[in-house]
Amino acid sequence: MAQEKFDAIVVGAGPSGNACAFSLATRGLKVLQLERGEYPGSKNVQGAILYADALEGLVGDFREDAPLERHIIEQRIWMMDDRSFCGAHYRSEDFNEDRPNRYTIIRAQFDKWFSRRVVQAGALLLCETTVVELIRDADGKVIGVRTDRDGDPIYADVVVLAEGVSGLVGARAGLRAVPPPDTVALAVKEMHFLPRETIEARFNLQGDEGVVIEAAGTITKGMTGTGFLYTNKESISIGIGCLISDFADQGQTPYGLLESFKAHPSIKPLLAGSEVKEYAAHMIPEGGYKAIPQLFGDGWLIVGDAGQFVNAVHREGSNLAMTTGRLAAETIADLKSRHAPPTAANLASYKARLDDSFVMKDLKKYKNLPGTLHNKHLFTTYPQLLSKAAQTWFRVDGLDKKSKENAIVKSFFQTRRLKGLIGDVLGMARAWR
Amino acid sequence: MHIVVCVKQVPDSAQIRVHPVTNTIMRQGVPTIINPYDLFSLEEALRLRDRHGGEVTVVTMGPPMADTALRKCLTFGADRAVLLTDRFFAGSDTLATSYALSFLIKKVSENWGAPDLIFCGKQTIDGDTAQVGPGVAKRLNLLQLTYVSKIESFDMEAREITVDRRAEGGIQVLKTKLPCLITMLEGTNDIRRGSIEDALRGARTEIITWNAAQAGITDLTLCGLRGSPTIVKKVFAPKPRDEKAFQIEVEGKSMSDISDALIAEIGKRQPVLERDMLKGAMSY
Amino acid sequence: MNEKAKAPAAEPKSRANQKKELPEHLKSYKHVWVMLELERGVVHPVSWELLGEGRKLADQLKVDLGAVVLGPPGGTDASVADAFAYGADVCYVVENPALVDYRNEPYTAVMTELVHKYQPEILLLGATNLGRDLAGSVATTLLTGLTADCTELAVDADGSLAATRPTFGGSLLCTIYTLNYRPQMATMRPRVAPMPLYQAGRTGRIVRHDVSLPEDDIITKILAFLPDGSTDKANLPYADIVVAGGLGMQNADNYLLVRQLADVLGGEWGGSRPLVQKGWISSDRQIGQTGKTIRPRLYIAAGISGAIQHRVGVEGADLIVAINTDKNAPIFDFAHVGIVADAALALPALTEAFRKRLSAAATRPAAE
Ligand SMILES: Cc1cc2nc3c(=O)[nH]c(=O)nc-3n(C[C@H](O)[C@H](O)[C@H](O)COP(=O)(O)OP(=O)(O)OC[C@H]3O[C@@H](n4cnc5c(N)ncnc54)[C@H](O)[C@@H]3O)c2cc1C
Ligand SMILES: Cc1cc2nc3c(=O)[nH]c(=O)nc-3n(C[C@H](O)[C@H](O)[C@H](O)COP(=O)(O)OP(=O)(O)OC[C@H]3O[C@@H](n4cnc5c(N)ncnc54)[C@H](O)[C@@H]3O)c2cc1C
Ligand SMILES: Nc1ncnc2c1ncn2[C@@H]1O[C@H](COP(=O)(O)O)[C@@H](O)[C@H]1O
Repeated sequence: MAQEKFDAIVVGAGPSGNACAFSLATRGLKVLQLERGEYPGSKNVQGAILYADALEGLVGDFREDAPLERHIIEQRIWMMDDRSFCGAHYRSEDFNEDRPNRYTIIRAQFDKWFSRRVVQAGALLLCETTVVELIRDADGKVIGVRTDRDGDPIYADVVVLAEGVSGLVGARAGLRAVPPPDTVALAVKEMHFLPRETIEARFNLQGDEGVVIEAAGTITKGMTGTGFLYTNKESISIGIGCLISDFADQGQTPYGLLESFKAHPSIKPLLAGSEVKEYAAHMIPEGGYKAIPQLFGDGWLIVGDAGQFVNAVHREGSNLAMTTGRLAAETIADLKSRHAPPTAANLASYKARLDDSFVMKDLKKYKNLPGTLHNKHLFTTYPQLLSKAAQTWFRVDGLDKKSKENAIVKSFFQTRRLKGLIGDVLGMARAWR
Repeated sequence: MHIVVCVKQVPDSAQIRVHPVTNTIMRQGVPTIINPYDLFSLEEALRLRDRHGGEVTVVTMGPPMADTALRKCLTFGADRAVLLTDRFFAGSDTLATSYALSFLIKKVSENWGAPDLIFCGKQTIDGDTAQVGPGVAKRLNLLQLTYVSKIESFDMEAREITVDRRAEGGIQVLKTKLPCLITMLEGTNDIRRGSIEDALRGARTEIITWNAAQAGITDLTLCGLRGSPTIVKKVFAPKPRDEKAFQIEVEGKSMSDISDALIAEIGKRQPVLERDMLKGAMSY
Repeated sequence: MNEKAKAPAAEPKSRANQKKELPEHLKSYKHVWVMLELERGVVHPVSWELLGEGRKLADQLKVDLGAVVLGPPGGTDASVADAFAYGADVCYVVENPALVDYRNEPYTAVMTELVHKYQPEILLLGATNLGRDLAGSVATTLLTGLTADCTELAVDADGSLAATRPTFGGSLLCTIYTLNYRPQMATMRPRVAPMPLYQAGRTGRIVRHDVSLPEDDIITKILAFLPDGSTDKANLPYADIVVAGGLGMQNADNYLLVRQLADVLGGEWGGSRPLVQKGWISSDRQIGQTGKTIRPRLYIAAGISGAIQHRVGVEGADLIVAINTDKNAPIFDFAHVGIVADAALALPALTEAFRKRLSAAATRPAAE
């Protein structure tokens, strides 16, 4: 047993680890995947959005048996103040296509399904097994891992860290820093059970159609963050997240935030009569491009959230995780087929593949956004102004329209001053470019 | 020595929700676990094997997904796992379950030797009947020792086993001959955590999967729904009590006044109880 | 798979409406039976409770209520007399040295023999360790249906036994029938049914049945019986007064307030399941579906929310008093009297008030 060696060990069975182990196994490599949870997904409780594209590239027929909840036909974006929301809704029959692009999923089920496919592809999976440290040889090359189970270490040519944002193996080995609190959001989430028919009636849906709401504004009490509500088949996932540093500064608790979000007059009726099933908290890396750590070295690679691969603006994470996992696997398989050792120099092609993909391109595009978003006014002042403007505009009260316009413009300038306004607009525009 | 352990994969009942309107079960997302009672039996079996040598075979009858439960048993250190799965078994009650399991165990005996001991869990957390164990024993014509809190001694030579069995009001110390069927009481041990070698071996071991025919079952009328004498006629929610509790006024009153008011209320509603209480004539 | 309890969905429904056509050889099965759990000279009270329920069923079916009494030679007389007093019309008595203590082999042999010979249509046992051990073996030998752990028994219009029991972790109840097989068997938990009236002097018919049970043929031997030390063993099901605490007691120290009140009242103390998991109380003091069913004259629940699994274990209490800080706690839906208050404050005050009241009574010369 002590002599046994794997081509690769993948630490973690989230979307990135699964994508990586799947790709390695389908390419015939000898893969061991280690997951600390009771089963894949047991710790990953979020109800979430699945972007079909990244998965399709791996498991072409996933629609046949993956536990998908609803495909999204309507997106709502809400700017909220304490009593109102002002929003844009986009709904299209085009989303009722043969191969829908976005689905709501429940991670616990989805991860389990994905993992089943990984094992079927030939990877060896051990659950309830936590990797405690990486093992290096005299030259510092990573050659295996030690777990929390009794017994010998396990050896491999390459170790892929797919341990998520809060994984400690990489940090412990000095491969990546523990992300600082102003680059990580803490999101809390609940699942609310409701009968299928109720959800469909309440959101104007048929069959497996779904709606998502993304919300920002005073709901985060001035902190950088957003709230969301996703419709599943028989439940609603609702959550809210803010930067950890903001929670600390503002003395807010995530749970308190979620409670007041749920109590918002625009949200409350959507949840009425539901039964809360589970409450979960999880971190999201939001540092973006600038926070990406070194991604490879002698005998190791980092994929997914562990590498900060999240596009906070578009709320994309799992697709980046899967794509990075796949690219890592392709790199390893390629070296193996060429009998090239997994040295840092050889594994550098992983980075090149990433740079070539949408992953790095998108993250680069928004590289300044995290800093810009760290602006209290975006989450308090503007939503209030917007709401007030909308109300002034829609309320018919004998005041002429011209005066209404003036009042709206004035309210913006008075509250934020010209310089502030221009600064905010330019800041956003630059970060978005 | 050969020990067979029957385990069942069950929904984690703590997470089951009922549809508030239709009173049906909302199964969505309910995780499955190994019936917790079965783990006490599995651990006891593993300990006996470790001490006396031999093999532990875990078996289950269930849907294909039940292989995850078996896989987990392998990582605890079981030597072999067999899944009996077939659509004919759907809807089995305890009688039909024990029928299928008895064939499964017979087939296991043919392949890997007759078991000296068979373990079942005390009961399941979904069926909650505690009947399948005795049922399997009867069908295989085995002696049974249920609610065992301790295995006092085990003698392979003499083929004898002595156990403590929980009875009403005390412990029976029972001695019987092998082979026999045992169900362990909860809390008698803690399931082990397999070593990395166990875990790797468990992950690699193939789970043997049989359908009804492969297990040698020919009479399908005794399986599943058709072979189940009991049927569920209706499922319903308990009816609410008509009126809510009478509330003792608390606003602006001291605790001792509240207490006196409560005692008076008890006396009013249960005069006989109050009299007996005052007489000190309570039975307990 | 016990899909019974799990999947009452479409298919069984159609089967449920199936017309019952009893095979010819089962049509002669008549009468309701209760198996008396006689151990070391004492009958488990659940057997009397079952006679009470069996009486109702027998009256509705217009048949006899039989009690099965197994025991050592000369060891059943008192139980037989009591069985009549509690409502049995007939006692089937089997006395044999092999039946001195409960063992599965001889008991199963005797029970199946009795059923074959005297053919009851309904056979009820207690859902105790003894009852469940025996019922499973007997039902499998007879190849008939058995419904475990029932909370309610009834017969419906066509005379079938409708056995109701909790399902899905106790959140729902289901009613189960045994089609086309006899006898229809069920076990019932202690304390779910009330004790029937004891009618002293009531008698009935005794049917003595002889069996041959050579000890040499019985493989399992009883080496010893170690009775539970009376010290700390709870007897919740049969206590007149029970005081219980839940997570609302906050910590193990506060939980002692529950015990103090129970002591003053001369009652038993117990708690909700989380307290067992936290180790504040032992598992034999857990009250509820997976713990004990209780039927006290007074039940005081402090800091217990009243989840359905707890509720089913206490609903038989004559008077339920709940102390909870949350006026919307579900326990107030089924308690009779409620106090919205902090249990950590209310319990000591209540203990003190009861102490005063009871000691005043004790010093008064012979009340009334
Ligand atoms: C509330 C919330 C909502 C989100 N919504 C979306 C969404 O709608 N769409 C979207 O695309 N993304 C979303 N994301 C982001 C997405 O969840 C992540 O980007 C994605 O899960 C990253 O995958 P991963 O495999 O890198 O990490 P993870 O999913 O975190 O998986 C890491 C795994 O590694 C295991 N692990 C960690 N350490 C060890 C160890 N030492 N040994 C063994 N195993 C270990 C963990 O148990 C875990 O299973 C959301 C995130 C949150 C928190
Ligand atoms: C299959 C299954 C079987 C189960 N079996 C059982 C069983 O047999 N028995 C059982 O009890 N449970 C059982 N449960 C668990 C059950 O569902 C509940 O979780 C449990 O009963 C809750 O215990 P609790 O009321 O003590 O705690 P909680 O539900 O947490 O309630 C605590 C209560 O205390 C109140 N409170 C808080 N502070 C105070 C204070 N200072 N003073 C007064 N009140 C206060 C709160 O308002 C709340 O109502 C079972 C669950 C499952 C899934
Ligand atoms: N489908 C099954 N497969 C294997 N074992 C089972 C099955 N159903 C029940 N058992 C065993 O029988 C025990 C008692 O189950 P039950 O009678 O359902 O309470 C369980 O703890 C298991 O050991």
